[in-house]
Parts: sequence; structure tokens; C-alpha cells
Amino acid sequence: MNLLGKLDWSAIPLHEPIIMGATAFMVLVVLAVLGFITMKGAWLYLWREWLTSVDHKRIGVMYCVLALVMLLRGFSDAIMMRAQQAVAAGGAQGYLPPEHFDQIFSAHGTIMIFFMAMPFVVGLMNFAVPLQLGVRDVAFPTLNSVSFWLTASGALLINVSLAVGEFSKAGWWGYPPLSELQFSPGVGVDYYLWSLQISGLGTLLAGINFVTTILKMRAPGMSYMRMPVFCWTALATNLLIVAAFPVLTAVLAMLLLDRYLGFHFFTNDAGGNQMLYANLFWVWGHPEVYILVLPAFGIFSEVVPTFSGKPLFGYRSMVAATMAICILSFLVWLHHFFTMGASANVNGFFGVMSMIIALPTGAKVFNWLFTMYGGRVRFSVPVLWSIGFMITFVIGGMTGVLQAVPPADFQLHNSVFLIAHFHNVIIGGVVFGVMAGYNYWFPKAFGFALDERWGRAAFWCWFVGFYLAFMPLYLLGLMGMTRRMQHYDDLSWQPWLLLAMVGTVVILAGILCQVVQLVVSIRNRDRLRVTGDPWNGRTLEWATASPPPAWNFAVQPRVAGRDALWSSKQRALATKDEPPERVYEPIEMPKNSATGFVTAFFAVVIGFAMIWHIWWMAGLGVFGAFVTLLAFAFRRRSETEVPAEQIARLDRAYQAGAAV
Amino acid sequence: MRYSLLAVILIGAATLGGCTEGVLDPKGPIALAERQILLNALGIMLAIVIPVILAILAVAFWFRASNWRASYLPDFEYSGRLELLVWSVPAMTVLLVGGVAWVGAHDLDPRKPISSSVKPVTVQVVSLDWKWLFIYPEQGIASVNHLTVPVGTPISFELTSSTVMNSFFVPQLGGQIYTMSGMVTRLHLQADHPGTYPGLSAMFSGDGFADMRFAVDAVPNDGFAQWVTHTQNTGPVLDAKAYADLVKSSKAVAPFTYRAVAPDLFGGIVNAELATDDSSLCIRSTSSQRAEQ
Repeated sequence: MNLLGKLDWSAIPLHEPIIMGATAFMVLVVLAVLGFITMKGAWLYLWREWLTSVDHKRIGVMYCVLALVMLLRGFSDAIMMRAQQAVAAGGAQGYLPPEHFDQIFSAHGTIMIFFMAMPFVVGLMNFAVPLQLGVRDVAFPTLNSVSFWLTASGALLINVSLAVGEFSKAGWWGYPPLSELQFSPGVGVDYYLWSLQISGLGTLLAGINFVTTILKMRAPGMSYMRMPVFCWTALATNLLIVAAFPVLTAVLAMLLLDRYLGFHFFTNDAGGNQMLYANLFWVWGHPEVYILVLPAFGIFSEVVPTFSGKPLFGYRSMVAATMAICILSFLVWLHHFFTMGASANVNGFFGVMSMIIALPTGAKVFNWLFTMYGGRVRFSVPVLWSIGFMITFVIGGMTGVLQAVPPADFQLHNSVFLIAHFHNVIIGGVVFGVMAGYNYWFPKAFGFALDERWGRAAFWCWFVGFYLAFMPLYLLGLMGMTRRMQHYDDLSWQPWLLLAMVGTVVILAGILCQVVQLVVSIRNRDRLRVTGDPWNGRTLEWATASPPPAWNFAVQPRVAGRDALWSSKQRALATKDEPPERVYEPIEMPKNSATGFVTAFFAVVIGFAMIWHIWWMAGLGVFGAFVTLLAFAFRRRSETEVPAEQIARLDRAYQAGAAV
Repeated sequence: MRYSLLAVILIGAATLGGCTEGVLDPKGPIALAERQILLNALGIMLAIVIPVILAILAVAFWFRASNWRASYLPDFEYSGRLELLVWSVPAMTVLLVGGVAWVGAHDLDPRKPISSSVKPVTVQVVSLDWKWLFIYPEQGIASVNHLTVPVGTPISFELTSSTVMNSFFVPQLGGQIYTMSGMVTRLHLQADHPGTYPGLSAMFSGDGFADMRFAVDAVPNDGFAQWVTHTQNTGPVLDAKAYADLVKSSKAVAPFTYRAVAPDLFGGIVNAELATDDSSLCIRSTSSQRAEQ
């Protein structure tokens, strides 16, 4: 018996120069980062202040860092695919053989959805929601840390698959029977399954945490109809997470049972049914689209009013639209496979339901439009992303509704038209949204703003690059090009694919601008210092220092209306009264905990061991995770008290700074 | 922003020009009707989307902070009339396009036969690793990676897979349908003009996917009869043994034909996936073949 299961030296693809080059690059970057930390002697600081932190703001920042790193990884896959399709025309095979190309598009989709978009929106919610609600932390701070580290574990496993073994070649949705042992005997699908199971658990825990926080922990006076719209969208998103992620976990668990224990849920033989997987996967998959885009809608609903200097138009209809989308998103999943042969009534029903979602979404676009109407719109970077979003998203929405018409979908399904459509809404909606949020909340998180000039350059590169990269794909889809082609015969496609390649390079320039923006901003941080309220904000996160203290608010805010900070600023202007003397009280704060980090370490051990069939190691991992849980359950003290004097000292300094 | 308009115009130009192969250059009644629906739905939505994009640009530009001629309405946050507009404009669009979708889903249901005075030709389609098998049960012949059909005659397809899921797609004749093992899907297409049209698998199926293409030759009736006679006289016979050879994984297979086909081979392929110990028919599919590779 082999102690290392299926693992041996042949798992490392030494004969693949491209993969080994990428691996070497990745290892060098990791070593450079580790070396830098060691050189700065920052290990203890990092461990105490970040890795074991249960502060929602720091966890939010770590989520966003993870997302940005994975954006670079996912984008490398994207540009490799574009380069392959730009050259592999006619008889040419390009530089990527099918078995490598297939891994790249599977990894690109998986990484961008689960490890770029998800951590980014969860990170921004983590950072902003408790601040906007006027509370000190989320409902379960340690659980929050566990959630983050489980997501990071999944991301780590995916990156390990680059160097050790292979990644899935069955696409990001992993449809059986292709993903069954019979057709994918390698470890690739197992990497896919275990990294999604581990990170999916983290996401589910985050969802429970945020639903509880938003329902139970708002500041005094903040009734539901006074919550900022971002909190509403966060509530809708987390309700969707709680409802939809268990379905994903279940369907992936069934596929795991098929692959590990010879079950026959989705196999070709012995009564398995592959259509079951498609249904269950998209029962999670379509709500997932709204899990991603609703927080983005929330960000635009914060950015547009703030920079227009007026309240959001149609707050109640915004809330109604958000909750309508939340419910409707569960009634449309079949539109992902109109071509599976369902009856006309079924296809017709799901087609019409899909269009009905366009109704609340359309209403939202009009509401943002009327929010700008009569405003004083300041074209800062977050606003550029917002306006870019509105224009791009209506086009993406239109092509989406087009594909909700079943006969049109019969022609467009699985074509690069579909690819263009969902990048149109995911880049134009989610990415533009998180970029707006990143530029909007960065000064709050770090106390200095991001450089405007580089921010604008980044926006324009992304915006122009997006259109150059994806408009040709709409056309190619109409010309009959399907997705996931490693090479093609039709030479008339090539000019358009070259244009798409150019667009991807322009997006690359945008990403580089963002890296430069970050570096330049950190270097010039003293010049870019901001007060607590740099944008003349409307909601409570701007009512405290930048960066906020660990306890967020020195004195518990009391909310008297919508746009809590804006209305209190207006009152102060109107009455010219001195603000009342602030009374400070000691605050109970949760203690930092290594539980999240240690649990995640064992999760990686379990995942890796299961992927390679190293059963003893998997057992050890489960035991370790259980002991960690026990240690946490029997902890002596979970909170520390911050004395009132300390709070008062910091807050007075902040108030004095803000007054200047 | 200019670029989005440019893109819309680009798509519009390609649509109207119809100069490309593919969805926009239909050669049969189904593809023609599907293109019509596509254009109708696009037209209805563009009537809303273009004004909205222009309005977004105009409002953002006019109400820029530096424009002191623009009125500032810091408390403008609700208007019942505007709310009505906000909800009714998308509602009306959805109503129209929804109608198109519901009617279209029924009119162009893939399993609905094409009404015609001409007797349809049946073709049984099997997706294999990584090629297409077309069986003509009425003619008793079969071909691989090449489909010949008579012009002006409805073609009634019965489709299955002996491997993973694929999608049978001839863009210029009409929409696609999945092929799944152990199951039969149905599709009805017709070519109205003689010519050669590209066909392909639209559902990713593994390493040989990019080469899962075939040409569809639409020929006049007498040409089709000649092709059938010619095929019946040349090439090997597709019996259980030949099929067992055929199902082995192979990529970029050059087209060839079989002069005869074992009776009800198609039914055997469909049922083989359900039976677990049917060794009489040697058509247990590609089980573990990829594993062996």
C-alpha cells in the first residue's frame, strides 16, 4: 500500500514548460512576499493584527486582497485563452494542446466566480455593512474569520493544482458524465470539487453571519426602512447564499460520492441521470449570479447619491426591486439549458420568468438615472465606474433577455455570444461595482485616498478594453462560433479574435494601472490623507475616523432617519448648536482567535489528502479540525474590555482633527 | 461610451448585411423563423435601450458639478408619476418580449414536426468520442462526420449519445439540441437551398471537442437518391463489431459511410446505457476508454 495514495513524482508536470514556468513564477512571487515580510520583521505583527484578527474590517480587507490576487491568476488564464484563439486558426493548433487549454478555461471560470468575484463582494460587505448599520462587529466575529480562511483554503488548493497534478478539464460547471470517473479519471475534477466544497462551506457560514447581523444588530433607531440600500442588497445576497449554497454543496457531494464510492447519481449507466446535475447546479447557479450582482447594485446605490449630493431616488422601489430579484432568481434556472429538450410549456415558462427579472432591474437603472437628475455630479473614480456600469449593463441585460427567448437561445446557447453576454454583465456589473466600491471605501479602510489620475486611467482601460474584447465575441457567436474551441477552421473568425486579443491587452493595461495606482497611493499616503468623511457621505461609515478604530464608533450612533449621517449634518448646519458632550463607556471587544487560521490549515490538509486518496492524512486533518473546534468551545475568555479613557483619548484626537 | 454605440451599430450592420455564415444567414424555415424572432426581440429592446443610454449620458453630463446652469434639487427623492414610468417602461417591454418568447417557444419547439406535404426523412444521430454518426434507418445506411440531406424535405432527427453530453448544431438550418446517453431528444430541420453548411457540437465534450465538426450537404432530391444508391453499394457494414471499433476515442476523423446498418442499432445504443449486463449487443459505450488512454 502506498502511504501517499495516488501521489508520486509524476504528479508534477515537469514536461510541460508553460505550466512549470507559471509554477516557478508563482513560487518566486510567494518567496519574494515571504522574504519581504521576514526582512521587515513583520511576522508577529501580521499574525497578531491580521491573520488571527476577528475584526470585520480587517477580514474584509483580507477578502479583497485575496480577490485581487486571484484576479491576477484568473486574468492570466484569460489572456492565454485569447492568445490561443488568436493564433489557432485554419490548420494551426496554437501553442496550447487541448488537455492544457481545457484546464485553463475550467480554471478561469472557477477562479473568477468563486475566488475573485465572491471574495470581493463578501469582502466589501464585511467591511462596510457593520459600519453602515452603526454596530461594532458582525454577529459572530470568530465565525467570520473561519469563513474567510476556508475561502482562502479553497483558493490555495486551486493554485496547488497548477503544480501538483492537474485541474479539471470539464468546464467550471463540471457537467457529468464528463466529470465522472469514467471520462475524467485524473485528479483535476477532485481539485475542483474539494476546493469548492471547502470554500462553499466558508461562504455559507458568512451568509448565516450576515443575515443574523443585519436582522438582529442594527444601531438604535435604524429600522428596516432606514437601512442604507447597500445593507438591503447585502441582506438579499446573504439570504440567497443561505438558500442556494446548500444546493451546491449537495450536488457536488453527490458527484463526489459518484467518483469516490461508485454511486450512480449522474453516471451514464445504472440509472444515473445527468439532467439532475444540470438542474441542481443551476438551482444554485442562477441565484449565484444575483449573489454577485446585488451587492454591486448596492454599491452603485451608495456611490451615485453620495457623488450627486442628493438622496437615492425611489428608495422604497429600490428595496422592493432588490427583494423581488431575490425571490425571482430561484424561478429561472432552466434558462441555462433550454436546449435539453424540455417541452414548449416548460421552456416558455422559464423564458418569461427570466424576462420578468428584467423588470426590477430596469426599474433600478431608471432610479439611478433620476438620482443623478437634479444633482451636482462629481466625476470621481467611483462615479466613472458607476456610469460605465449603467451603460454597459443595459447592453448586457438586453442580450440576456434576448437569450431568454427560447428559439433565439437554441441558436445562441453555448456560443461565444453567450460568453460575451455573461462577461458583459459580470464585468460590466460585478467588476465595475467592486471597483467602484474599492475606490469608494479605500480611504475609509486606510485613512488615505487612492490616486485619482491612475484610477481614471484604470477605468478607461477597463472600459474600452471590455468593449474591444467582448463586442467581437457577440458577432462571432452570431457567425456560429461555439465556446471552448481549442482551434477552429474558419479563417473569417480570426480578425475578430485578434481584435478581442487587443481588447484583452487593453484590460491588462487597466489592471497594471490599478497596481500602479495602489503603489503610488501608498507612497504618497501622507499627501492623500483624508478625514473621516472625504466624500461628503450620507451613511454612518463616514461618521467615524478613517481608518475606524477596532470598535468602529466611540459612542453608539442613534439613527433618526434615512441617510443617517447626512441628516445629522443638515441638522447641525441648521441649528448651529454645539454638539452635546460625548459620554464614553468601556467597550467589550472580541479577542483575536487563531481558530479560523488553524481550521483552514486542517481543511487544506483534508482537501489535499482526499484529492490524492491519502486516507490516513485525511483522518488526521478531520481530527485536527475537531480538536481546534473543541479548543475554541472550551476557551476561557472570548472578550476583552477597552477602557473608556482609551476610547475617549482616541476619539477626542479624531474630533479635533475633523474640526480643523 | 462611444464604443458601446459603435458595437450596437456593428452588430446591427452584420445582422442586416447577413453577409456571414451562421445564425444570420439562414438556409431553412426553422433558422429563418429563429432569426426573425431574434431580430424582433432585439428591435423591441433597442427601442428602450438606446434612449436609456443616451439619457444616462445626457443627465450625467448636464448635472455635472461644474455646470451652474443646471438646477440643484437636493431633496428630489420621490415622484409617484416617475415611479409609475420607472416600472411601466420595463414592464411593457417585458410584456412584448415575453409574448414573443411564449409564442416562439411553442411555434419552434424542436420536437414539433415541420408541416409539409413532403414525407420527412428520418436521421438518427449518435455523438461519439469525438465524431458524429448519422444513421438513415429508412435507407439502411450510415455516415460518419458527414450529413447529406435532400433540399425542401423535412428532416426528422432522433438524437442520443454514446458518450458524454454533446449538442447537435447546424446554425444555418436551425437551433441546437443536446444529445444524452440513454435518452432520445428530437429535432426537426429543413434545408431550402442546396449548399454545404457547417455543423458542429456546441457542448464541450473533452479533448477532441474542437474537431467534432461535420459538413451538411443539402442536395436536390435526385441527387439525394443517387447518393443513397451510391452509398448502399460501397463501404463497410455497420454491425455490432464495426460499431465497437467506431466507439473507440478518435479525433478529427475524415468522413466515410457504411453501406448497411444492423437493424435497430440506434435503439440498441440508447438502451445499452440502461442495461448493465447485456453482452449480446457489443455496444457498451466508451466506458473506461478514456481511463485506458
